[in-house]
Amino acid sequence: MSMQLETSPTTSGDHISNYTINFGPQHPAAHGVLRMVMDLDGEIIERIDPHVGLLHRGTEKLIEHKTYLQALPYFDRLDYCSPLAMEYSYVLAIEKLLNIAVPLRAQYLRVLFAELTRICNHMLNLGSHVMDVGAMTPNLWLFEIREDCLNFFERAAGARMHMAWYRPGGVHQDVPLKLLADIGEWLDNRLPRLFEDAMSLVVDNRIFKQRNVDIALVGKEDALRWGFSGPMIRGAGIAWDLRKSQPYDVYDRMDFEIPVGTKSDCYDRFMVRVEEVRQSAKIMKQCLAEIPEGPIASDDRKVVPPKRGEMKSSMESLIHHFKLYTEGFHVPAGEVYVATESPKGEFGVYLVSDGSNKPYRCKIRPTAFSHLQAMDFMSKGHMLPDATAILGAIDVVFGECDR
Amino acid sequence: MSAVLHSSPKFADNAGVLDTLVAALGAHIVASKEEHGEIVLTVARAAIEDALRLLRDEHDYQQLMEIAGVDYPDRPERFEVVYMLLSVTKNHRLMVKVSAAEHTPVPTVTTLWPVAGWLEREVFDMYGVIFADNPDLRRILTDYGFEGHPFRKDFPLTGYVELRYSEEDQRVVYEPVKLAQDLRQFDFMSPWEGANYVLPGDEKASTSPTTPPVPPMTSDKPKTTDKPKDAGAGEPANAEATKPTPASPPAMVETKLPEPGAPASTNAEAYKGSGKASPEDEAPKS
Repeated sequence: MSMQLETSPTTSGDHISNYTINFGPQHPAAHGVLRMVMDLDGEIIERIDPHVGLLHRGTEKLIEHKTYLQALPYFDRLDYCSPLAMEYSYVLAIEKLLNIAVPLRAQYLRVLFAELTRICNHMLNLGSHVMDVGAMTPNLWLFEIREDCLNFFERAAGARMHMAWYRPGGVHQDVPLKLLADIGEWLDNRLPRLFEDAMSLVVDNRIFKQRNVDIALVGKEDALRWGFSGPMIRGAGIAWDLRKSQPYDVYDRMDFEIPVGTKSDCYDRFMVRVEEVRQSAKIMKQCLAEIPEGPIASDDRKVVPPKRGEMKSSMESLIHHFKLYTEGFHVPAGEVYVATESPKGEFGVYLVSDGSNKPYRCKIRPTAFSHLQAMDFMSKGHMLPDATAILGAIDVVFGECDR
Repeated sequence: MSAVLHSSPKFADNAGVLDTLVAALGAHIVASKEEHGEIVLTVARAAIEDALRLLRDEHDYQQLMEIAGVDYPDRPERFEVVYMLLSVTKNHRLMVKVSAAEHTPVPTVTTLWPVAGWLEREVFDMYGVIFADNPDLRRILTDYGFEGHPFRKDFPLTGYVELRYSEEDQRVVYEPVKLAQDLRQFDFMSPWEGANYVLPGDEKASTSPTTPPVPPMTSDKPKTTDKPKDAGAGEPANAEATKPTPASPPAMVETKLPEPGAPASTNAEAYKGSGKASPEDEAPKS
């Protein structure tokens, strides 16, 4: 098709032909290492062939060679913008195979920090989406909030980005009371002030609307057929949120709304995320109000290692600790598919165990893979600069897409 | 079914679903099970498209969320392709499986869900399962020009080639993988809890213990050593052996030489003439 010739009324009889360009793999709006081969007719996109896999690291193969606990930090490095949401599916999959109970405080902590992760992720996405379509300031303001989130992660887990804090059976360590108080204070004052400030610049902005409204319309049927999830399917008007429909941990105790779009364009997807930030803050406030005292991990010593203090006085604890950090725990044979609502959509882990201490197979279901596949379908007929808006609204991160 | 203790995502109840679907799919079903709260249906490979179409249209499993490949090298058809279905109206999840070998194509389901295109490409890339009639069955995650299917269990973790940027050639060059240090695979499996290897030395335990081999007899007369010369020590020894032994043992010879390096006697006599004071002289007066 690229050599199709046509006469144009505006070029006084000169022949113009389609041409093919490379978008990426080094492009600031490609959100990482995405290469898109585009067929353009003038500035109109005729076809997009996304080439993914430039960040493929063979995570799933590496996981097969590690024990269950050693494999956990690989999940932080999938979607490095929402690392705890990645760990979440994995620990829940292990817990499902083990059928192990998680103490209530740990469940609240995991929900609390999963929502903080969602805010953190959306700050990056909303900011970069805005920047992709031409505005600079909101991105800088939103990074202020993201910085706060990363500081909270650091105070809870010791690491700003790659926390490895969710563990099978609970979380790694309890949080200090002052941290919970500070998060509460932040949710009440700083977050709404900064976030609403930044959004007031964007949401009614004429240029922003011109770049996003009516771009990449996806009907409900198409959203289902293309395997959409998360803000992409909610933007299409389907009120589908795994936190609500398939609740895990204490999400069934939380009171929150699911925002949905009406027109299913990039603007709707953006606004769904904006509202999700507010709803996440609401969930976090409920967690802070309700979180009980108690243990932060299961007391099943065949899965969860004992505390250091116990090891000083109990020989059995010492043996448990040694066994867990050398051999690891064994997971009953079987297969499960566990999917959670990550900030980007349905993040699933298909875990096959053969009863040993290592996963036999760990298939990771990334969110961006399905969404990116629909890039061709969504962009057809749009202008070249719209591709960046569509890509920004997908919220693609290549650590997760390529694995 | 034991009680559910975990707090993983809770979708609609599985009760009765398995029986309904097995009845609906009828002859397509090869096996079915419900384990760990997951319903898994194995269907005949040729019927996968029909089975999934039935599940999508008649049983409201609108979304295909994922296609996963799994490799079981011991099986005659070594690969499994697992389709994860989701019903957003019934709020239910389902796994549908087919098995496949390297040269047995699986019918594509891109006719049912366009999302299957890349998902099938990924399974093809990683395992080499061929999807018949997939319109675009290229590699997807591995490098341009990659050979092999890396997620197969017999593909080494390190791979076969490595690449680097060559200053001389001004381009990326591919070379056979060279490890500066051996790839260490620590195996912490407890040897008495199902490790599938033999500990060093244990291989002897499987064979029955044998006595050392006995050399065959060369003559009927058993060998005896009645006389010293029968000991077989050679001619000089034989000549020596024929000498008559004396009736009494040889006389003891007294040696006067001090043993080399032995400490000198503490006897005062030994110090005479040596110019040294005897220990008694040096002893402090009490």
